[in-house]
Amino acid sequence: MITLPEIKKSFFVSLWFMFLTFPIMVVRVNPIEKAVEWRWKNLLLVGVGSFLLSFVWRYLFKRKEAGKKKEEAGYDSGAKSFFHIILAEPKIYKPFLIGIAFFALAFPFIFSIYQTNIMTTALIYVMLGLGLNIVVGLAGLLDLGYVAFYAVGAYSYALLNYHFGLSFWLALPIGAALGAFFGILLGFPVLRLRGDYLAIVTLGFGEIIRIILENWNEFSFGPSGIANIPRPGFLGIEFSLQGATTFMYFLMIVLTLFTVFVVNRLQNSRIGRAWIALREDEIACQAMGIDKTKTKLTAFALGATWAGMVGVVFAAKTTFINPASFTVWESIIILCIVVLGGMGSVIGVVFGALILILLPEYLRAFSEYRMLIFGAVLIIMMVFRPGGVISSVRRTYRFEGLTGKRDKTGI
Amino acid sequence: MKTILEVKNLTMNFGGLCALDRIDLDISEREIVALIGPNGAGKTTFFNCITGIFPPTEGEMFISPPGKQRKSIKGLKPNQVTENGLARTFQNIRLFQNMTVLENVMIGRHCRMSSGIAGAVLRNRATVEEEEAVVEESYIILQKIGLSEYVNEFAKNLPYGAQRRLEIARALATEPFLLLLDEPAAGMNLRETKELDELIVRIRDSEGVSILLIEHDMKLVMSLSDRIFVVDYGKKIAQGKPEEIQKNPVVIKAYLGEDFDA
Repeated sequence: MITLPEIKKSFFVSLWFMFLTFPIMVVRVNPIEKAVEWRWKNLLLVGVGSFLLSFVWRYLFKRKEAGKKKEEAGYDSGAKSFFHIILAEPKIYKPFLIGIAFFALAFPFIFSIYQTNIMTTALIYVMLGLGLNIVVGLAGLLDLGYVAFYAVGAYSYALLNYHFGLSFWLALPIGAALGAFFGILLGFPVLRLRGDYLAIVTLGFGEIIRIILENWNEFSFGPSGIANIPRPGFLGIEFSLQGATTFMYFLMIVLTLFTVFVVNRLQNSRIGRAWIALREDEIACQAMGIDKTKTKLTAFALGATWAGMVGVVFAAKTTFINPASFTVWESIIILCIVVLGGMGSVIGVVFGALILILLPEYLRAFSEYRMLIFGAVLIIMMVFRPGGVISSVRRTYRFEGLTGKRDKTGI
Repeated sequence: MKTILEVKNLTMNFGGLCALDRIDLDISEREIVALIGPNGAGKTTFFNCITGIFPPTEGEMFISPPGKQRKSIKGLKPNQVTENGLARTFQNIRLFQNMTVLENVMIGRHCRMSSGIAGAVLRNRATVEEEEAVVEESYIILQKIGLSEYVNEFAKNLPYGAQRRLEIARALATEPFLLLLDEPAAGMNLRETKELDELIVRIRDSEGVSILLIEHDMKLVMSLSDRIFVVDYGKKIAQGKPEEIQKNPVVIKAYLGEDFDA
């Protein structure tokens, strides 16, 4: 079990952590009394804490290694996670899904406006994550400027409404179309790029859009943004604040379901296969008769469509937008959602978005350590589950005899 | 017999390096032609030029697919070349590792399918039928190549020889009239090489395709090919029947070097 060398190792780990955290955890300068406080108790806590945690860390690592070996040896079932087992068995996941559906329907009536608002925001990120998942997860094109399309959607509603009084329902498809258009616009110059280079260009594109919005006062009203964007009405009904929040929530539920439906179908189609092949090997993909240009552009366009659409919803939800809502940080959060949830996995992305958006909200109680915990969660996730919370078990096409029937396993 | 591929005066320069120097080559219907030469002779560059991966510096390339007009393939993109009926494999295996064997072949069918975004989302009758058909067609191709036992395996989990054959299966799925094989026997043992020999002949006979292959295994080349082209330093140094090539002094010199009399 716990051997002497392990204890020794942990001891050194704790020494190292005590040394590292000494300046911030122990020394505190009190400028009023002009004295230095020495908080030795903290040092002890750090020491004991890191000593014990190093055991946990090592145990988890061993388990991971064991799992990997099992997988290499060909034990398939051992490598499957808890989620995959649930998802493979309709008897288990069907009541589970029905439960979630009831919960989702009842949510705004049980909880406060505040909670409903948070959940709507989380759903907005679910949609953004699903859109980016097409570009990053399926087609393998690292896009760090995804927020630009979100901004395009939001500003298209805000401006069209301001100048022409366009309603939300008209702006929704227009926002989506403009998102797709900008997706293609970005797609053309980056057709030849891959990996790091692509990431940098898309990063630049995202910033260009933000900076234009910030500085072109005549067009976008600059940093002061656009206020008084109307909330969506429904069949001419004007909602109260409570009603409007609930309505936005249900609208997002419907849009998210629509996104999941479409993305799922796209993934399991001729185009979806082409995207995955493009991610796997670009040259072989072309040599097999797939038009690289067309495939990449459809990935960019279809990914950006959702961002454009959800941007319109965002503008309507907050009733005020300015360029500060569309910084690189947003792009990175969306990318984290995709990577943490599991690239290419629809359910993974939904989980990822809920974790990454809800976690910081509910951690507000520990506001000082919020970002620290957030960062730690990200690192631990990537060490122990590099494939994401629910790594992509792609629904592979399986052959089950010459009747043309396919087994629809996976997600 | 009808000529299906004509390459005239093909030249490819990389900066100052002349990788291919005025190469002429022709292939007839149902012919197996080998392209041989020492390492670095320009064989793979030749493939890359024909399949549109590199635009050649000079020269002309024409195809005459069975039942179709003669047409130039110069300047076409790789996917357009494939659509026109030239399919290739790669020297270093380039399978889609994280896709199943079946899916790899289905990708090959991509250019013979037509459903688009609307079809994918709406999943209308035509799309569903096309998808069902492509699974069956792909399976039949795998059966022909002898890979049906691996149909639902991931490509990366296949034994080496099977991966090579999967590349051929994937290329065949694009319905080519000319199959370009880049070192199909590389890394194979004697038994696998013999199976490959039979497979290539079988593909030629059953599918009616012509085959152009690059290969270093001389035993395989001599038993398979109807004609052989030899290149060295980007120049064609010989062409002819296997027996002629075996005796050709220029070829022997290129492979073994000149006798050095002190």
